[in-house]
Amino acid sequence: MSGGQPNRLAEGGLVQRDREIAFHFDGRRYHGHAGDTLASALIANGVRLVGRSFKYHRPRGVFTAGSEEPNALVELGRGAGRDPNSRATVTELHDGLVASSQNRFPSLGFDVLAFNDLLAPFLAAGFYYKTFMWPAAFWEKLYEPVIRRAAGLGALSGKADPDAYEKATAHCDVLIIGAGPAGLQAALTAARGGARVILADEDFVPGGRLNGERMEIARTPAHEWAAKAATELASMKNVRLLTRTTVFGAYDGGTYAGLERVADHLPAVPPHQPRQRLWRFVARRAILCAGATERPVAFADNDRPGVMLASAVRTYVNRFAALPGRSTIVFTCNDDGWRTAGDLIAAGGAVEAILDTRGAEDIAHLRDIAGDAPVFTRARPIGTAGHKGLSAVTFLNANDRPVTLSADCLAISGGWNPNVHLTCHRRGRPVWNDRIAAFVPGSDAPPGMVVAGAAAGAFSTHGALAQGTERALEVLGDLGSKQPASGIPDAEDAPYAIQPVWHITQSKGRAWLDLQNDVTVKDVEVSHAEGFRSVEHMKRYTTLGMATDQGKTASVPAIAVMANLTGRSIAETGTTIFRPPYTPVAIAAFAGGLRGRAFRPIRLTPAHDWSKEQGAVFTEAGLWLRPQWYPRRGEKSWRESVDREVRQTRRSVGVNDVSTLGKIDVKGADAAAFLDRLYTNTMSTLTVGKVRYGLMLREDGFVLDDGTVARLGDSHYLVTTTTANAGLVMQHVDYCHQVHWPELDVHMVSVSDQYAQFAIAGPNARKVLRKLVDARFDIANEAFPYMACGEITVCGGVAARLFRISFSGELAYEVAVPARHGDAMIRAIMEAGREFDIVPYGLEALNVMRIEKGHPVGSELNGQTTAGDLGLARMISAKKDCIGKVMAGRPALTDADRMTLAGFKPVAEGEELTAGAHFVGIGREAKTAHDEGYMTSVCFSPSLGHFIGLGFIRRGHQRHGDKVRAVDAVRGRDIEVEICSPHFVDPQGERLRG
Amino acid sequence: MRLPCPLCGERDHSEFVYRGDANVVRPDAEAPGAQRAFHEFVHLRANPAGWHKEHWYHEMGCRSWIVVERNTLTHEVRGAVTAAEHTLARRPAPVADEGGR
Repeated sequence: MSGGQPNRLAEGGLVQRDREIAFHFDGRRYHGHAGDTLASALIANGVRLVGRSFKYHRPRGVFTAGSEEPNALVELGRGAGRDPNSRATVTELHDGLVASSQNRFPSLGFDVLAFNDLLAPFLAAGFYYKTFMWPAAFWEKLYEPVIRRAAGLGALSGKADPDAYEKATAHCDVLIIGAGPAGLQAALTAARGGARVILADEDFVPGGRLNGERMEIARTPAHEWAAKAATELASMKNVRLLTRTTVFGAYDGGTYAGLERVADHLPAVPPHQPRQRLWRFVARRAILCAGATERPVAFADNDRPGVMLASAVRTYVNRFAALPGRSTIVFTCNDDGWRTAGDLIAAGGAVEAILDTRGAEDIAHLRDIAGDAPVFTRARPIGTAGHKGLSAVTFLNANDRPVTLSADCLAISGGWNPNVHLTCHRRGRPVWNDRIAAFVPGSDAPPGMVVAGAAAGAFSTHGALAQGTERALEVLGDLGSKQPASGIPDAEDAPYAIQPVWHITQSKGRAWLDLQNDVTVKDVEVSHAEGFRSVEHMKRYTTLGMATDQGKTASVPAIAVMANLTGRSIAETGTTIFRPPYTPVAIAAFAGGLRGRAFRPIRLTPAHDWSKEQGAVFTEAGLWLRPQWYPRRGEKSWRESVDREVRQTRRSVGVNDVSTLGKIDVKGADAAAFLDRLYTNTMSTLTVGKVRYGLMLREDGFVLDDGTVARLGDSHYLVTTTTANAGLVMQHVDYCHQVHWPELDVHMVSVSDQYAQFAIAGPNARKVLRKLVDARFDIANEAFPYMACGEITVCGGVAARLFRISFSGELAYEVAVPARHGDAMIRAIMEAGREFDIVPYGLEALNVMRIEKGHPVGSELNGQTTAGDLGLARMISAKKDCIGKVMAGRPALTDADRMTLAGFKPVAEGEELTAGAHFVGIGREAKTAHDEGYMTSVCFSPSLGHFIGLGFIRRGHQRHGDKVRAVDAVRGRDIEVEICSPHFVDPQGERLRG
Repeated sequence: MRLPCPLCGERDHSEFVYRGDANVVRPDAEAPGAQRAFHEFVHLRANPAGWHKEHWYHEMGCRSWIVVERNTLTHEVRGAVTAAEHTLARRPAPVADEGGR
């Protein structure tokens, strides 16, 4: 026994004895070795109590040696990166590892909520459903908080995760899941045949069970054979060997998800590395070599620390040279359990007894393994003793006499369950196999997936190697690859003999099925008595299999118990549905790099830096950051800034960055005909050098988007979309062209990012522009009137486009230059405008000016409004069809009583309007039945000196002058407003033509 | 799921936008009963359990609308053609004396 590690064997194992590692568990310092898991190191240190159970707070110890662990869940790390519910059995030991137990208060040894265990008779399945029903109001305030505090395992830190995560995609011919004997052999065969292979294994050492067994392959120790195979694979260019990588889900089209724990085994995440990497594997074929999981047997008090799966005991002894108990009783119903006795004896451990449920004739061939240890046939454990760890086991012997033997470890083997999970992720169903008394993969595994080895029910090492070879050769054949010469190395081929036992019915007291969720045989019986016949219902009612381990050790025994209760066979009872993930995956891994600011990309306009220099306040518009307003020194509120920007624009001149508008370049002989079908109005009659406002409908008749259409040539148009709908409209025009009218000769491309565009608006706009546009271009009112457009040059030869369009209602132009000139252009505009006190204005001032002009934006084009609602019915040409025209003619969409766009102003001077308010007649009760419409946009109009609004109200266009109430229940406002024209400023449009 | 874009090859489904039934054809707005026909075109969709032709948009790729034949029960994909090809192939053969389109 090694110093300081009382249960460490003097020799053997795969741990690196020359590398000692210090770690902490529950504040105490221990030592282990490189190659240990936290569980093996705790066992080596004689720590048996590692956690408290979920419901009854029962003392629990390490139960398994793998990812199926239900008991040994710990919190890893400290501070923000704390990782709760980590399985100690798969946590690689590293220097400085800090772990603490969960679900106990104040300490693991003394847990006050262990009191729950005494209440067990009242806490059976369905307890919550029945007890906390009444009064209903108590649920949220009393029951739930109390239950939440008492229940639950580990807790997150509540702070932002400090680590980085990433996603990666890899393609391969063959994905091999699991690097045990079947997986290694399959990978060697496939790789030698030239296939591109990815071999992924959840462990940090390839080999699977080979590392935990004392056996030989090709006359070398099995773990050495595994290491050699892994070395060969790692050296091959067509193989990617991923350890610490769990393939946790099978999806459509040969897509698999995997989680690689890149840095969880290191004291710190290395620079430029993620903590974990989420893989998307795209595989032409997959070979599932996921092995099998041993299952326990239910009997009274089978949950004490020291009770362990027999194979786990072997793994701790053989792989980790750690002895789980000073005296061990082996309890089995199959031949495989005997290996544990043999390995313990070989390692110098003490085997107190071997209990086999079978008769003497069934185990005659195994007797030699036992050595001096007593063997009890037809033995059935009926109870255990021990407070915080096992001290004795009581069983009935062949004569039904109770016998009690002391032991601190009970190694149980109830048989093996193939890990069929991934074969079922696309709703495949496993099938029952009587010979091995287990579910095996059905014929409905995901297309392209085959199964080899223990996962397919081939439990001998030879069987695994042979199937790995055969499946790989079949896959190579499918893929048309060459068939390498293949030999199957020599290995044991012991028959798997089992007489399944699920529950020792003679045992009184609580017999655990699901250790993590504290579900006992009695709970399944209660569920049956309550009438739940489906295994899915039993699962929900008892919560069996619903913990973080998803019932890997619990489900099949529970199904067997249920089958016994219903009188159906296990095959008829069936399993619950297996869903990804196979083992828990942190949400952070799914998010990868997409968190915080990186969740969505941010788009910046070419003039962004300039706006930032001006101290602009930015807002998100779609994915863009747009200047909202440009505060000046001394301005105390945003309103002050916005009012100034509006006044100065209307008085002299302002400039606004409109680069974010969607821009689609449309070319082709049929461009005009195509746009006629897209827009409600006619674009083919537009003359070259002119712009027209355009309205697009959805096919169901509602307005989709609006914008301008500029004809730059006979077969060349440039159309704009609103900022938010740029992507949607592109998708729409592509759909219309490719699906409806592919015969039209027209081509579209988005040029939204290719141009920087600025609106120059105000009475002095032309004067500013004159200084920028090269002299040979005449922009006088006659030569370049309202709604003109053209290709020009600015600032001495920079190619540009000029559009005389106005959203503000002022004399206005939009000038577009290639994006790379955007920064220079805005600076040139500001310089040219200096003598006119030009102001940059932001989105808010733009919004004020468009409300003053009654122009609709997203608030009005909200997907529920028609052209008629917006007062634009005349824009639907009667002479041609267009998208949405027929459906726009539906009776409900043309109903005279529809809500239509109108302007609103407060009756009392100085009242504020609020968007979202609903209109109700004066003197009427404010209720849904009296709702006449709603306010969509409001602002303070600096031009008029009071608030104004736009909204929709029944027959609004006919009711100018009427008074109604604007009721805003959310903000508790109820004021009188007058309905008016939505055109508040310059209704005749004289300014923009000036 | 993997979709075989006729132009780009097999790609992950996350590059695509799903739209739906590719069997519907935009009716003639001038024909009698157009409103009824458009109602069906816009709102009524077959929802077969099994093989289905449906529109997907390769938004993160070549911007093609494609018609994918997919089994709604198994997600098996049998093939894909561009929507343009699909539309043109479904058009009735032009009649000789019918002038233009």
